[in-house]
Amino acid sequence: MTCTEFLAILDDVIDESIAVETRAEIEVHLRKCGHCEVVLDTTRKTIEIFRCHEIYELPTEVSERLHTAIMTKCKKAR
Amino acid sequence: MPIWMLLAQPGTSDVTARTSLWDLVPRPGVRYTHALRAPRSFPACQNCDFSHPIPMATIQPISEEHPDVALVERVRAGDLSAYDTLVRKYERQLFRIAQHITQNREDAEDVMQDAFLKAYEKLDQFQGNSKFYTWLVRIAVNESLMRLRKRRTGKLVSMDEDVQTEEGSVPRDFADWAPNPEQNYNQSELAEILKKTIQGLPPGFRTVFVLRDVDQLSTEETAEALGLSVPAVKSRLLRARLQLRERLSRYFKHKTPATSQAVAAPQGNGAEA
Repeated sequence: MTCTEFLAILDDVIDESIAVETRAEIEVHLRKCGHCEVVLDTTRKTIEIFRCHEIYELPTEVSERLHTAIMTKCKKAR
Repeated sequence: MPIWMLLAQPGTSDVTARTSLWDLVPRPGVRYTHALRAPRSFPACQNCDFSHPIPMATIQPISEEHPDVALVERVRAGDLSAYDTLVRKYERQLFRIAQHITQNREDAEDVMQDAFLKAYEKLDQFQGNSKFYTWLVRIAVNESLMRLRKRRTGKLVSMDEDVQTEEGSVPRDFADWAPNPEQNYNQSELAEILKKTIQGLPPGFRTVFVLRDVDQLSTEETAEALGLSVPAVKSRLLRARLQLRERLSRYFKHKTPATSQAVAAPQGNGAEA
């Protein structure tokens, strides 16, 4: 497996949707290629960081105000 | 639970509680009711307040049906409190998507309100072929794009625009990151870094990343919500992930040069490992 081939299936590797027979090839490539190992590891961390940190907070008072407005409009629309 | 265990439940001496094997076989067109009360030793039913042997026909759909289906049915039958539940369930996610697309807090608040109202008014058009949330996201995405169009004085904005950028499509930074790199920043610093990083992506990449990786929709659901093909979602997702990784590397990589030099030299495109 080449780095280009690895990069082409990087998303499938991250999403764990790789065929069993390809997994062995990937493991062999990663053992030999430090760059692809770093790319895989840091891409996984990228996703994890964005998943764990809410960057657009919706404060409770704003959420309540919007919620009330939505439900009032829906009541009128009935 | 195997059928023999249901039949062998203790305390079933009462003749009204006995269940024949045929009672447990699903019959097409039969609506199962709970006219017969069974002794309390039977497992509790999730559909009613009774404790009784649960026919297999009622077990299967419970595990497969998304909980939103029942809520949507209640809304259609006129129960506004069911819609209140759906709004509470998804308002934060919808706000986040709208904010990511519009990049404007006021617009995101308006989009969220308009999307929930439109979904309520058009609920009859919801076919149930997709998840309610996917359908809702599609409405919110369209509303967000309309807002963007207004801000850009009528210039067409679409998720389907092919973004001409090679940035991030090939990784360039191979330095490893510090362990738990986000801990080197306080909450507000980290939020700023993440905001700045994701805001630099084209809207089409940003939205695909948020739906797939933050909201954890499937590739097919993301494609449906954005009106894109599955290959288009896959292509945008890979480039979004790589661009974000590249940008975050500037903040999170090991500061010591010795560590990054320790990584093996890159193998060129097409080189065998």
